[in-house]
Amino acid sequence: MTNENGMMRRLKGTMLKRMHGMITCREFEEFVLQYLDGELPPKQVKIFEWHLRICRECREYLAAYKRTIEIGRAALGSDDESIPDDVPEDLIRAVLDARKT
Amino acid sequence: MSDTQQGKPIEIGTAGDHEELVRANIGWMLALAERLLRDRGLAEDVVQESFVRAFDGLANFEGRSTLESWLHRITVNTALSKLRQVKRLAEQPIDEHLPEFDRHDCRIELPWSQLASVEEIMESDDLRRRVYVAIDELPDAYRVVLQLRDIEEYDTSEVAALLDITETNVKVRLHRARAALKKLLEPVLRAEESK
Repeated sequence: MTNENGMMRRLKGTMLKRMHGMITCREFEEFVLQYLDGELPPKQVKIFEWHLRICRECREYLAAYKRTIEIGRAALGSDDESIPDDVPEDLIRAVLDARKT
Repeated sequence: MSDTQQGKPIEIGTAGDHEELVRANIGWMLALAERLLRDRGLAEDVVQESFVRAFDGLANFEGRSTLESWLHRITVNTALSKLRQVKRLAEQPIDEHLPEFDRHDCRIELPWSQLASVEEIMESDDLRRRVYVAIDELPDAYRVVLQLRDIEEYDTSEVAALLDITETNVKVRLHRARAALKKLLEPVLRAEESK
């Protein structure tokens, strides 16, 4: 991290901590789930979205976080393709035999 | 046999009925168990045990839910029992994959010039394989919460009951699982940049 970059981050951190109606990136992190679930009260939504406007890191983080949820759904979702059409016959027989015992 | 007999006891008495029930449902139950366990052998055990439980409980099935959702719940419960048996549900460290902040509480996040789309990733054999590798790197205690909430669409209170943890704990684990997966997936999400 360059000195200039370090100074900017210190300024940003100080501003977010001290200014009324602002939250730090660390505090933002605690609200992400509630924000996406629509469970944040309106006043906190405003504060959350204000942080998003001024913070490039959190804005890009949230976009990647949302894309991750979509990818998880696509990869692990229960579409027809994920259902094996080659269920071993011996497994089916074992299930039916277990019923008889 | 129909699974839409809401409010009526399901009548499955003969061996033929049982075989029809097994053949109609075993495919998706195996897929569900494998998604939860990430292990085909354990998933097959779970499917067998789930059908045993289902046959034992059929007489008491009152049709308040569809037969499929009833079997879904049995499979999830059996899979979670199996994970507990093989001691894979204990909380494991995930901190190394969580977001990082500097001493001013500012997020440390490299700039994203672009973000790969779901289609780009899922249509590439290599990228899709790397997604599964990343998912498998999540500790089970977190991966299972992500699976149950984001994929199987159980609500927070249902997941809390299934795992015998608090709702707050479900929310914490879900957020950490997503955040950790996001970090694990970064090379995939940034794949376009490395071309």
